[in-house]
This record gives sequence, C-alpha cells and structure tokens, in this order.
Amino acid sequence: MAEPALSETDIDTAGLAVRLRAVIKTYENGVTALGPLDLDVAKGEFISLLGPSGCGKSTALRLIAGLGAPSAGTVSVSHRVNRADGRHPIGFVFQEPTLMPWASVRENVRLPLKLAHATAAEANSRIENALAQVGLSEFADAYPRELSGGMKMRVSLARALVTDPDILLLDEPFAALDEITRFRLNNDLLDLWRKLHKTVVFVTHSVFESVYLSQRVIVMTARPGRLASEFRIATVEPRGEEFRTSAEYAGYCRAVSSALSPSYSGQRSA
Amino acid sequence: MNSFQNIGRMLLPVAVLAAGLGFWELVVRVNDIQPYVLPSPYVVFQTLVGDWPVLSESLGVTLLTTLEGFIAAAVGGVALALLFNQSKWLEYSLFPYAVILQVTPVIAIAPLLLIYLPQQTAVIVCAWIVGFFPVLSNTTLGLNSVDRNLSGLFQLYGASKLQTLRYLKLPAALPYILGGLRIAGGLSLIGAVVAEIAAGTAGAGSGLAFRIAESGYRLNIPRMFAALLLLSVAGIVIYGLLALVSHLVLRRWHESALGKEN
Repeated sequence: MAEPALSETDIDTAGLAVRLRAVIKTYENGVTALGPLDLDVAKGEFISLLGPSGCGKSTALRLIAGLGAPSAGTVSVSHRVNRADGRHPIGFVFQEPTLMPWASVRENVRLPLKLAHATAAEANSRIENALAQVGLSEFADAYPRELSGGMKMRVSLARALVTDPDILLLDEPFAALDEITRFRLNNDLLDLWRKLHKTVVFVTHSVFESVYLSQRVIVMTARPGRLASEFRIATVEPRGEEFRTSAEYAGYCRAVSSALSPSYSGQRSA
Repeated sequence: MNSFQNIGRMLLPVAVLAAGLGFWELVVRVNDIQPYVLPSPYVVFQTLVGDWPVLSESLGVTLLTTLEGFIAAAVGGVALALLFNQSKWLEYSLFPYAVILQVTPVIAIAPLLLIYLPQQTAVIVCAWIVGFFPVLSNTTLGLNSVDRNLSGLFQLYGASKLQTLRYLKLPAALPYILGGLRIAGGLSLIGAVVAEIAAGTAGAGSGLAFRIAESGYRLNIPRMFAALLLLSVAGIVIYGLLALVSHLVLRRWHESALGKEN
C-alpha cells in the first residue's frame, strides 16, 4: 500500500495537523466516493465532518489515517519524528468498538503498545492512565462481552488514547448507542479534548452531535462527497448540558440542518 | 422444572441403552441363539473381561496410531493453512490436491500405501489423510474470517505480518481450528482402523481393528463385539476430550462456550 504524501515540516509551520488538497477517492468498481475535497484542520481543533450516509466522510477519515491511498490529490498529516517510545501520531475509533473478543480490556488497550514493542513497565503505566481517562480502571480484567455498548466504546477510546496521539479520528463512534449514553460520552469526549489538547476529527451524520461537540462543522454533499458549507460554532466554553438546551444551540442546529438538506434531496431513499 | 429436565436429559439415554440391552439379552435367551451367531450382551461383557489382556494391548496400539495420526493431521492441517494464507499462489496450486486426497476413499488408498511404506508408517499416514482436511479447511476459514476493522487497526499501528498472524489471525481462527480438531479426532480413529484392517489382511498387526478381522475369521463373534465396543468407547472419549479442551480454551470469550441464559 502506498503511504499518503507527507510533508510534515510544511504543515507544521502552518500550525496544521491535517491538510487535504484536491483529494479524490475512486474505488475499483469505478464509484467515486469522495472529492475533490480540500480540508485544513488546525492543531488542537475539534472539527466534525457531517453528511449523509455514503458521502465519503468515513473514506476521508480512513485516508487521513493512512488506511488506503487517495486516487488523486495529497493527504498531509503532521507527524512527530520520534516514534520509538510507543507513541503513535494517530488514534482511530471505529463505528463499532472493534475489540478483540479473546482479550481482556487491559490487553485490548495494550495492543498498540505491543505492536510498537513498548517496554512492559512503560506500557502498564500508559494503560492505567488511559483506562482512568475513560473511567474504566475497575474493568481492566473484564472481557468485552461482559461490557455494555457504551463501555465497549470507552475501551475503544482508551485504546486510541494509549499511544498519546496528536490526532484523534472518530468514525461515527456513538451512532449505535442509546441517547443517554451518547450524551454522556459526548461530554466525556469534550472533557478529554479540553484536558489533552488533541486534534479531533469527528465523523457523524447527526446535526445535533456535530454542533454540540465541534468548533467547526464541515457539511458535505452527497456522493461524491465535497465541501457544501462550513460553520464555526462560537459559544461560551466550556460547553455543557446547558448549551444543549440553549436557543443559541437550536439556532446553529437549524442553520446546519438547512445547509445539509440539499445533500439529501438527490437521494431517493433516506 | 429446569433441574428435572436436566436429570431427564441424562437419564433418558441410559434408560434407552438399558432397555435395548435387555431386549437383546431376552431375544438371545428366548430363541436360544448360539454365541457364534449373536452373543448376548452378558457374553460380550464376559469376553471383554476375560480377553482384557489381549484387547487392552490392541487398544493401546490403535490409540497410539490414532494419536500419531491426529497430531500429524493437526500440525499438518494448521501449517498448510498458514502457508496458504501467506501465499495465494501456493493455495491455488495445492488446494485442489488436498480436496482430491479428501474425497478419495481412504480404504481404497490404504492397500497402496501398504505397498510403498513400512506398515506402521502407512497406518499413520492413513490416519493423517483422513484427519488433516477438516483442520485445513476450518483453519483457512478462520484465518479469512478476521474482522475488517481490526485488520485496519493493525495496519494503522504498523503491525508486521508476523504480529498480525500472532495477535490477530491465529486467535480469531482458534474457534475454527478447535472445531476442525474435534472432527479430526474421530476421523483419525477411523483412518487408523481402516488402515489396520487393510494391513491385517496383509499379515501382521495387533490393533483393535486387526483383532476384529482376526476374530471374524475364527468365528469368535463375542470378541468382535467386545473389540467393537472398545473402539466406540475410544471414539466417544476422544470426542469428549477434544470438546472439553475446546470449551476450556474458549470459555472466557467465544459464543459457542457461553451459557445460553444471556
């Protein structure tokens, strides 16, 4: 597999974590899923990619992660030079928890460190730390099947955090959870982002979730996904539950919704 | 109610067995059938005890052959599946021959093997031929059933081929491998018996199948039944042991080993 084009120094000096230029992804069957798409994500920024199912937002995320190469255009991701300490620049959370059912929570979280040959002592302290961050310290020895859907997602998040990445990529991580659990995980994710200063790219098809979480919402068109419009969500930080019920929040949601509706108009089935 | 059902589940087969044996014994006694035509269960049991020195030695021989064939099948099946998984070309070239080996009846291959190989080796090869295919095909299926997102994750973290195999593919394939081994255990016994029968007519050998053939020529029908009984008990024990191993290995995580109540 070809590595995406990297020009770390360029985008580092520009204060960017991720830069996509004229990126197109065409699959082998001839379907163009994405693009052309231009996207800049500043370091420490929380952005959401919002669009209908199949608009290529997950494809964009996978390209940023280096899972597959773009058919055209360049994907640049700010990389740290030194990776020998078990750190990895990117953490990825899938829509499903994607845990290894045969391994305990602790071993699941250990995986990225094990693959990077981190020392046991270093790994253990990182794992404890990551589990504490998602509030799962007591469940370290449980197996995935013993956990609820929300807890599995937290394990997945801990695994993404354990390498102390600069960039966190989340692909509709909470879509399958019930509303209460989703709200709680939304708040926990915001807390983590404020504490850890990661760059977060969050893919979702929920207007409400994208407005609640992000500093910037990127609305995408139907396939092939392009930039339809973008909204900066400027509100009093830190956000909390009162923001979710505010008139300001409702206003943003209405604006984003109306920007999104043309993306759905071309689709026969929602 | 539930525990009553459980007791019923255990008692019913035993009751059926007792009734069957009783009926058999009755038919033999009422009709005064001679033991060289049909021995009664009691006579079979007597023979089993009386001939135990001969039969136990034969049982040992057959079990050893089965074990050797099973180990060869397990190692060979898993190793071949791993090779196929690493190289598609190797799989395309060799897999059809594995199928051919599997679909050709082993009883037809055994006499040929006995011509070209030393007898003990030929018997083990027979057990291997019958046993290795389920291990191969199940392991191949398991190695190809890895969660797509998990492989993406391994790719993201730059896992080497060996790491992916060790931490992802093999554990994911484990339930399938164990399922294959469970089938291979019983099949290895069949392979050993088939080869022994083929070899027995050629002259030497002292396994249980040979005892059955030999007793047949001597019209020692009770001993045939006794040897047959031992073979089927051996098969049940082999299956039970492998099922137990599978359960112990998978009980923490795999659906097949979990209770039904959740």
